[in-house]
Amino acid sequence: MEISPRTQAAATLPAVDGRARTLKLIGWGILGALLLGSWRGAEMRPFDLFTYGGNMRVFAEGFFPPDFHNWKMFIEEMLVTLQIAVWGTALAVVAAIPFGILSAENVAPWWVVQPVRRVMDAFRAINEMVFAMLFVVAVGLGPFAGVLALFVHTTGILAKLFSEAVEAVDPRPVEGIRAIGAHPVQEVIFGVIPQVLPLWISFALYRFESNVRSATVVGLVGAGGIGVVLWEDIRGFNYAETAAVMLIIVVTVTLLDLFSQRLRKLFT
Amino acid sequence: MTAIHVGNLSKTFARPPGGHPGKARALDDVSLDIGKGEMVALIGASGSGKSTLIRHLSGLVIADRGIIGRTGEVTIAGEQMQCNGRLSPHVRRLRADVAVIFQQFNLVGRLSLLENVLLGGLGRIGFWRGSLGRFNRMEKLAAMEALARVGMADYAMQRASTLSGGQQQRGAIARALVQKAAIILADEPIASLDPESARRVMDSLSTINAEDGTTVVVSLHQVAYAKKYCPRAIALAQGRVVFDGPSRALDVPTLCTLYGAQCEELLMDETLGAEPFPPVDDVGGVPPLRAVGIRGV
Repeated sequence: MEISPRTQAAATLPAVDGRARTLKLIGWGILGALLLGSWRGAEMRPFDLFTYGGNMRVFAEGFFPPDFHNWKMFIEEMLVTLQIAVWGTALAVVAAIPFGILSAENVAPWWVVQPVRRVMDAFRAINEMVFAMLFVVAVGLGPFAGVLALFVHTTGILAKLFSEAVEAVDPRPVEGIRAIGAHPVQEVIFGVIPQVLPLWISFALYRFESNVRSATVVGLVGAGGIGVVLWEDIRGFNYAETAAVMLIIVVTVTLLDLFSQRLRKLFT
Repeated sequence: MTAIHVGNLSKTFARPPGGHPGKARALDDVSLDIGKGEMVALIGASGSGKSTLIRHLSGLVIADRGIIGRTGEVTIAGEQMQCNGRLSPHVRRLRADVAVIFQQFNLVGRLSLLENVLLGGLGRIGFWRGSLGRFNRMEKLAAMEALARVGMADYAMQRASTLSGGQQQRGAIARALVQKAAIILADEPIASLDPESARRVMDSLSTINAEDGTTVVVSLHQVAYAKKYCPRAIALAQGRVVFDGPSRALDVPTLCTLYGAQCEELLMDETLGAEPFPPVDDVGGVPPLRAVGIRGV
């Protein structure tokens, strides 16, 4: 192709930024080193998948056909699981409102914000399974331990999400309320909460979705619901029934996710 | 009787809000007195300290600590709002007596206009009733009456965020009426509005001043509005009071002496309608973008 003199003059390639290229290479290098370094710690043995392929096939065959004989009990336990999620989320929302407001830098002074945030960090850092094991000891086996486990962990998560929403509010309406001579609590009630409410509702629904999933596993440590059934079946090598239970969980969680997504769209 | 007394008030911002380094002094030894029932214009180019002064008067900002013998203070109807860098412990009760109208209206967008107006009473009713939003019939009627006075009764149930700027500003005035404040401070109430809305807002403020005897202090950067609505004008430049007297004395030569090149900004809309100077976006002072040479690129 012939290049006209004018284009030729204009067609110089931009100078290569050497520093950016080096940084990019270093970035990939670090990622590669990280993966290689973790290989041994994680005891990676990909060839086992082929070596023991036969065993796995036998194991997988045990799951088919799924055994729905006890379907009534499965549905009942699934319902219990949902009820654990409902109460765990509801209590967490109630607790996360004050904690969320108190860990927002634009509302509370730093000597309140920092301690509240650290407590919320601790709630979040510890998995609901761990809390479930502790609460099983404290209040005994059963769904209530599951509710408490979800409650504590979700409070930590929602408080952080709620406080981030509070920190992003438009300060002008709040100032408008302050100028009226309102109490600082009223500034929050009328100036902040109307602004963050749609987001808060959306966050709470999202956490409910996740809590339904979590509620199915807290049962593994005895905290009630379908998880208990699942654990018993796995321990008893009853894989056909395990498959049925897992199918019920998948269907329920999928339906709820779809429903909750629809609902969340209404608020944002 | 004195409604507002300001004595030796200075304010230095750690980081100037406008981002002009070296111009951190927002208010410089400001002293003034405003009598009960006056309607006063606070004049000045942007960055002259008008908003800062109004925020001090309503106790939203605390002034610098004074030096010995010159402690900055703000007094509202004889009671100290702030003194020597400290807010009065009764600041909330005092704020209830001083209604503020903001350039950006500062209504709560997701609440209805009526709810916004009702909130004006928060400073006067009990904590629990206010916090739960349990306003009684009398208060609701008073709020509707205030909305009717500014011509907004038809929009009472509409969300504030769905209203135009001029409508929101009139709603904010209704909120000030419900507040039953003896003083209304309006911080650039018309700067974000079109001329017709601006006129209606200024008319409302002027009517409230004349009918209720409410003291009104309104900051403006257009001298024409000050001359039309306010008998007295106080002019600020770089945080200092440079003029305090009848607004009709603010003629072009005087303004040019006071503000130099900035006087163009103040003389916009000199005749309220015709524009003697090239149009400048009156919110940020940014000249309108022109599509120049896009094709040539």
